[in-house]
Amino acid sequence: MHNIPRRRTFAIAAWAIGPLAAILVAHQAMAESRIAAPPNARWSAECGTCHVAYPAPLLSAQGWHRIMSQLDRHFGTDASLEPAAAAEIGAYLERYSGSSRRTAASPDSMRITETAWFVHEHGEVPSAAWRSPAVKSAANCAACHTGAEKGDFRERGIRIPR
Amino acid sequence: MGGEGAVVRFLAAAAAAGLLAGAANAATPASEQRRFEAEARASAPGFGGFSAQRGEVLFKATHGGEWSCSSCHTANPLAQGRHARTGKPIAPLAPAANPERFTDPATIDKWFRRNCNDVLARACTAQEKGDVMQYLMSLK
Repeated sequence: MHNIPRRRTFAIAAWAIGPLAAILVAHQAMAESRIAAPPNARWSAECGTCHVAYPAPLLSAQGWHRIMSQLDRHFGTDASLEPAAAAEIGAYLERYSGSSRRTAASPDSMRITETAWFVHEHGEVPSAAWRSPAVKSAANCAACHTGAEKGDFRERGIRIPR
Repeated sequence: MGGEGAVVRFLAAAAAAGLLAGAANAATPASEQRRFEAEARASAPGFGGFSAQRGEVLFKATHGGEWSCSSCHTANPLAQGRHARTGKPIAPLAPAANPERFTDPATIDKWFRRNCNDVLARACTAQEKGDVMQYLMSLK
């Protein structure tokens, strides 16, 4: 009776398929690198001096809160910040923190390496690799994840030093 | 016409003030050393100047704890260092090897605060900071 004009059919199709395609692409990207948070200049400058700036989704909001509340005793060193920098970075980390059960460490731990996902993902790493002088510490992501400084933790970038 | 001239003059004055403020904020190792000297004089009337030799001793010694400054910065501050715990590279500390060093007061204060606490378990005095600066500036 009423034929839908061809032009409108195209428009409807684009409306329906466009967002679906975008969701698929985003999902693929997240599944590959498992982290997705927009970078923050202060986070990368302040948290990236002594170690890789660990991406916010790797730890729960509770874990980040605990870390930020004791920066003057930060894993054996004083990493204290000016209040304005601490407030901005704390808010950024909590906003993009990992929300799943897998990013929650035990209540009195603040270590990313003790979260369920970290233990699971690193189960295949031989224990000798952890002890290698080139690795030195599990905190040293960049020893094996060659793209860690750029937030890239995909499998294809992994080179375990011998 | 006259209004336009006034706007131009205002903008020129604002730009000049901005440049002056920028110049005042740009610190150098020497200007930071003068800041520490003023602090040292204010806290100790008998201030007798800074010593590169004292600075070197302080830099290389442990002070009752596990670390010295050279644990991360190495015994040669002209060389690249390595974080004692994480292994992450640290750019050289001596200004002769790294012109970016000691050019931002907030960064300088932040790192003296953190590192003195880590190495000496207390804040450093202006005398101590000046001695270390004197040592670092003497390296070529």
